[in-house]
Amino acid sequence: MRELLEWFTHMEHSKPLSLVLLFVTFVGIVLYVYSNRKRAKRLESYKYIPLDDDESTSDEQPAGKHHEH
Amino acid sequence: MAIAGLATQEQYNYAIIKKFVIMALLWGVLGMLTGVYIGFELAWPALNLDIPQITFGRLRPVHTSLVIFGFGGSALFATSYYVVQRTCQVRLFSDVMADFTFWGWQVAVAVSVIGYMNGFTQAREYAEMVWPVDLLIAITWVTYLIVYVMTLRQRSQPHIYVANWFFVAFILATAILHIFNNMEVPISLFSLKSYSLHAGVQDAMTQWWYGHNAVGFFLTAAFLGMMYYFVPKQAGRPVYSYRLSIIHFWALIFLYMWVGAHHLHWTALPDWTSTLAATFSIMLLLPSWGGMINGIMTLSGAWDKLRTDPVIRFLIVALSFYGMSTFEGPLMSLKSVNALSHYTDWTIGHVHSGALGWVAMISIGSFYHLIPRLWETKLWSTRLVFIHFWLATFGIVLYISSMWVAGIGQGLMLRAFDDYGNLAYTFVESVQFLFMPYVVRGLGGVFFVSGMILMAFNVAMTIRQGYRERAMLDAKLAAKLANA
Repeated sequence: MRELLEWFTHMEHSKPLSLVLLFVTFVGIVLYVYSNRKRAKRLESYKYIPLDDDESTSDEQPAGKHHEH
Repeated sequence: MAIAGLATQEQYNYAIIKKFVIMALLWGVLGMLTGVYIGFELAWPALNLDIPQITFGRLRPVHTSLVIFGFGGSALFATSYYVVQRTCQVRLFSDVMADFTFWGWQVAVAVSVIGYMNGFTQAREYAEMVWPVDLLIAITWVTYLIVYVMTLRQRSQPHIYVANWFFVAFILATAILHIFNNMEVPISLFSLKSYSLHAGVQDAMTQWWYGHNAVGFFLTAAFLGMMYYFVPKQAGRPVYSYRLSIIHFWALIFLYMWVGAHHLHWTALPDWTSTLAATFSIMLLLPSWGGMINGIMTLSGAWDKLRTDPVIRFLIVALSFYGMSTFEGPLMSLKSVNALSHYTDWTIGHVHSGALGWVAMISIGSFYHLIPRLWETKLWSTRLVFIHFWLATFGIVLYISSMWVAGIGQGLMLRAFDDYGNLAYTFVESVQFLFMPYVVRGLGGVFFVSGMILMAFNVAMTIRQGYRERAMLDAKLAAKLANA
């Protein structure tokens, strides 16, 4: 265990490892966002949030759709 | 309509937003006037009138601090407090803490610029504030983080809209950057002088890690938060792709932190660090353009609004400049291009295509949307907004094109050799060459600041109109109650 921890303390080990972890995380986010049609529909529904509020002086069009909670 | 407006004013804390908006405009006009003055000082040095307080070296940080922290910072406080309340449908977590962020920030900006004019600086670019001001900013910023995060936690809306992600990233990253770049030891408790905890090339590295991420998180991510709310609101249609905004956010966050070292090409920095920074700078083009396309395509199907709505023009032109400067940035980060561009006015032109074209234009567009809603009225004059748009656009074009000529010309002159291997031009000849571009740059600044003064006037009249309408409404209500 101690050897493993010491291995991490070397910059030449920890830096590539963190790069791999971050890159895998990012790829995971891309897959999460684009891989499932139902999830895509849910995520896209959030874009109506700014149009859902009740501004009295606004002259813009009302929101056409409502987001799914 | 008015009753609903009153209810909104009660439901949300608009008072704090109004204060930040007014101060943003005040600092903006002052900061840009200072910029124009020092721009002309470079063309005509006699303009410093032999007064130490108004020489270029002292006024330059006054200009940058007023426009970045005074104008940009106050605009971000105002819009982030507005966006978080509207998209979470909840009032700010604490009115007292929000007020503290207002006074903390304004005092820090005012004290800093008075200090710079009198020679008190720690000489770190965009972080010139002396250590007591650094402490005040740190406390103010942590309070801002608490107000923002606690407001998010109390939201009525289940989902946190993407604009808030950008604002949170900006607040968090700025706190980290500010604290680590300003680690210093004061020489005594009663002196404003301090020494940095870092030394040598590590000091330079830390400074530019701060400097570029200030651009990345303060001047980019935060204003993208502004864009993701105000472009859809003004266009009256949702953002083009919410999923693209998620990828835009994460890609930007993962990539930005690596690129600061491109400010130190061809220095004592290890070569691999430079190459790494340049590589990540090129990769940054993808999320930057993804975000730009996402913003511009929001108008898809409603392009006609560009003809009739000057506010949407500000927002869309801001996005176009965002695209342009995020193409130019990676280009300049290449070591071979940087060898020509660094230490020349090309850099100044690049900064201003981002600062005026992107940051100022998106803030101005957002303010024109926001201000009538805050004071429950309509803009006093739409015609003045059109004039402002053309003054600003013409000013930016003059500014950046003159700086391209200045910078590229200067770079080429400084490394030209004759047939015998001697330098073809003396340094003084390169300075003489810069005179005309400096005059044209100054004129560009005059156009831009004239637009800002028009805006300040239009906003003042709008606010007056709002108060008058409110007074008339109160009088009518009182008369009705008296008759009842």
